[in-house]
Amino acid sequence: MSTMTQTTVQVYQLFIKATPERIWDALVDPELTSKYFYGSRITITPEGRLSTSPDGSQNWGDSEVLEWDPPRKLVHGWQSLYDPELSNEATSRVTWEIEPQDGGMTKVTVVHDQLEGAPKTAESVAGGWMFVLSGLKTLLETGEPLA
Amino acid sequence: MTVWSPILRHVDDDRVFRALADPTRRHLVDRLFERDGRTLTELESELEMTRFGVMKHLRLLEEAGLVVTRRQGREKLHFLNPVPIRQIHDRWIDKYTERVVSALLDLKDDLEETA
Repeated sequence: MSTMTQTTVQVYQLFIKATPERIWDALVDPELTSKYFYGSRITITPEGRLSTSPDGSQNWGDSEVLEWDPPRKLVHGWQSLYDPELSNEATSRVTWEIEPQDGGMTKVTVVHDQLEGAPKTAESVAGGWMFVLSGLKTLLETGEPLA
Repeated sequence: MTVWSPILRHVDDDRVFRALADPTRRHLVDRLFERDGRTLTELESELEMTRFGVMKHLRLLEEAGLVVTRRQGREKLHFLNPVPIRQIHDRWIDKYTERVVSALLDLKDDLEETA
């Protein structure tokens, strides 16, 4: 992704064989995020989103929740506090859209935008989202985290 | 390495391969890779093809999950979704050892450079 010339909006879409409710839980529960989100413990409530390192000692991201509509839509800010090179960049925005489909599948769309003030974050998260979404799918479909 | 769950994937694979089995659609994917979030009008202006033709190709890409459209005000923007290509990559490239493939590509480059 590093050769992309414009990365102020990134869109990822995938299908997961799980209900929207299970997917929602996997996004907001730190016990579950720790299994697919680079080990980070992410707690999301209508009041905000806090991401910490696996042992809880470091703040990896602390941002507003802009929209909370379980289990269909979640919008929150994004700060890359996990990496000193990225931590001073502007806050960007992540939108999760969760739409049930036929056959027990659910369409998950992630839009990471407002990246104009965070070019290094944009480059860094491009591969990162692939890893996270792949891990989320595997966890929900097999019950096992990625090796 | 990222491993994608195999559930229901063969269906998607067929669509992705079929969508990419056309030079115009590969061209559209390349254009979106260079710059994402384009309108039909923008994409159409780079192709010697009717608006209807471009729409048809974009629809096939969308059905394969390679292109995702989003509304922004009055405009419908087209974005490249890298997930299906990554899934194909993990299933079809990694499995048959990337190292051998890249060695062969290097050899091809070397031979073509000296030719």
